[in-house]
Amino acid sequence: MNSPLRQDAATTGRRIIVRHSILVRATHWINALCFAFLLLSGLQIFNAHPSLNFGNRTDFDHPFFELSARQDADGDIKGVTTIFGKAINTTGFLGASRDDGGELAPRGFPSWATIPSYQDLATGRRWHFFFAWILALNGLVYFFNLFARRHIRDFVPTLAEWREIPHAIIEHARLRFPKGDAALHYNVLQKLAYLSVIVAFPLLILAGLTMSPSIDATFPWLVSLFGGRQSARAIHFIVAFYLVGFIVVHLAMVLISGFLNNMWSMITGRYAIEEETP
Amino acid sequence: MRRACSLSRRQTLLRMIAGAGTLGLAACDRVSRSVRGMSVIDSAETLTRTIQRALMAPREALAPEYGQSDISPGFKPNGSVDPDDPDYVAARDEKFVNWKLKVSGLVEKPLQLSLQELRQMPSRTQITRHDCVEGWSCIGKWKGAPLKNILDAAGLKPATRYIALHCADQLEQTLDGSGQYYETIDLIDAYHPQTILAYELNDEALPVSHGAPLRLRVERQLGYKMAKYVMEIEAIDSFEKMGRGKGGFWEDRGYEWYAGI
Repeated sequence: MNSPLRQDAATTGRRIIVRHSILVRATHWINALCFAFLLLSGLQIFNAHPSLNFGNRTDFDHPFFELSARQDADGDIKGVTTIFGKAINTTGFLGASRDDGGELAPRGFPSWATIPSYQDLATGRRWHFFFAWILALNGLVYFFNLFARRHIRDFVPTLAEWREIPHAIIEHARLRFPKGDAALHYNVLQKLAYLSVIVAFPLLILAGLTMSPSIDATFPWLVSLFGGRQSARAIHFIVAFYLVGFIVVHLAMVLISGFLNNMWSMITGRYAIEEETP
Repeated sequence: MRRACSLSRRQTLLRMIAGAGTLGLAACDRVSRSVRGMSVIDSAETLTRTIQRALMAPREALAPEYGQSDISPGFKPNGSVDPDDPDYVAARDEKFVNWKLKVSGLVEKPLQLSLQELRQMPSRTQITRHDCVEGWSCIGKWKGAPLKNILDAAGLKPATRYIALHCADQLEQTLDGSGQYYETIDLIDAYHPQTILAYELNDEALPVSHGAPLRLRVERQLGYKMAKYVMEIEAIDSFEKMGRGKGGFWEDRGYEWYAGI
């Protein structure tokens, strides 16, 4: 497609390597599917109490993040997002959005971002826990492979690479991507990005489990680890949105660094590398 | 020319993604409304219950208890806060002095216990965190009679599998009476040391908004299991014929019977 690699007249040939094992490819797509369902059903659950605070108990008067609806002087509904005391008008998107009839109604996240689209906490929870189980079991398979086959080494930057970070950022900003042997392994920015995801998913699951009163009875240290149940809830939310941010960048990079080649490599495992001119 | 072409292609791609998303979400709504679709999704509850119960060895694992300073300044009352059932209102107006808790069903000796008698039984006081299914938590100090002692006094017959709690409040006005609040718990939770019928909150008689005269505490589950305005406890072997058959007011409305998560 619009790959800068293709337009680079300096390149001469291509070589095909096997980039992703079948296990990595399968777990990647299962994970992607689960995350989509978990995110949208998670927003449904969040809508039942669309505010966050730290600690064990809820501080109803001082959340650090809140989606709410207010009525202005004319009687119109306004959607308000409050972050650390700063109120932002987000009418139509957060706090208040249009329902099926096209009327503005109080609602944390809008109906197009939740499963089910209508307000239904019970069903949202059912979807969430169903896909949470698949995500967790899929994650176990991935992590077993990650450590048993020392695949984790592909993501840990070497000492030299740490020093290379500023250079790598500049190269990325210019949309110049590695070729030849340098494309055989992840560059330092890729390593750090993927490593953060490898940390984020277990953290997300643990924070989610800490919201379970039954888990808290069995593993009380989890509550202390996160600094309270409401802290765990806030961290669950923040990590989920970190992953949303990652996915946005990830998809953008997939698109601009050779969309078909990247997609093909995550489906079949085979990845084409452009050879560097001597 | 090239630019225009690539822009329209990008727009087409975006439209395709948006279209696929809309179709996908509509499909989710259809599954959400279908009994067969949800029976697959709902299977997660059995897995959750089995694993959480299996992990919970010993089964007596206690929910975390907190200190006096952790108590929420205003414990949020939820669900019914002022039942209008005539019998309840009459009992409430005379401060429950003539009110009695019924213990019935599969028991050797059906009981009727006054609030005074319940207060004279051994008590347990616990400062625990109440987690609502909506996501919020409040911490309160509860004092009450362990359910175990009441069940032992009545003597459960071997066929008993669940304890049902019948409540005074109608949370939803229905013609067939299915809006009446009730709950069921199994014997693991009924005999758990922190499972009490609470008559005090934060060192004061349980307020009406929190379920006076008696409210169940099941500390390892979510708030909706902790029935308020408990009038009668019944030992049963099945809850299929009770309410709409799912084991509780909220369970009949789609929520999980096992509310450990």
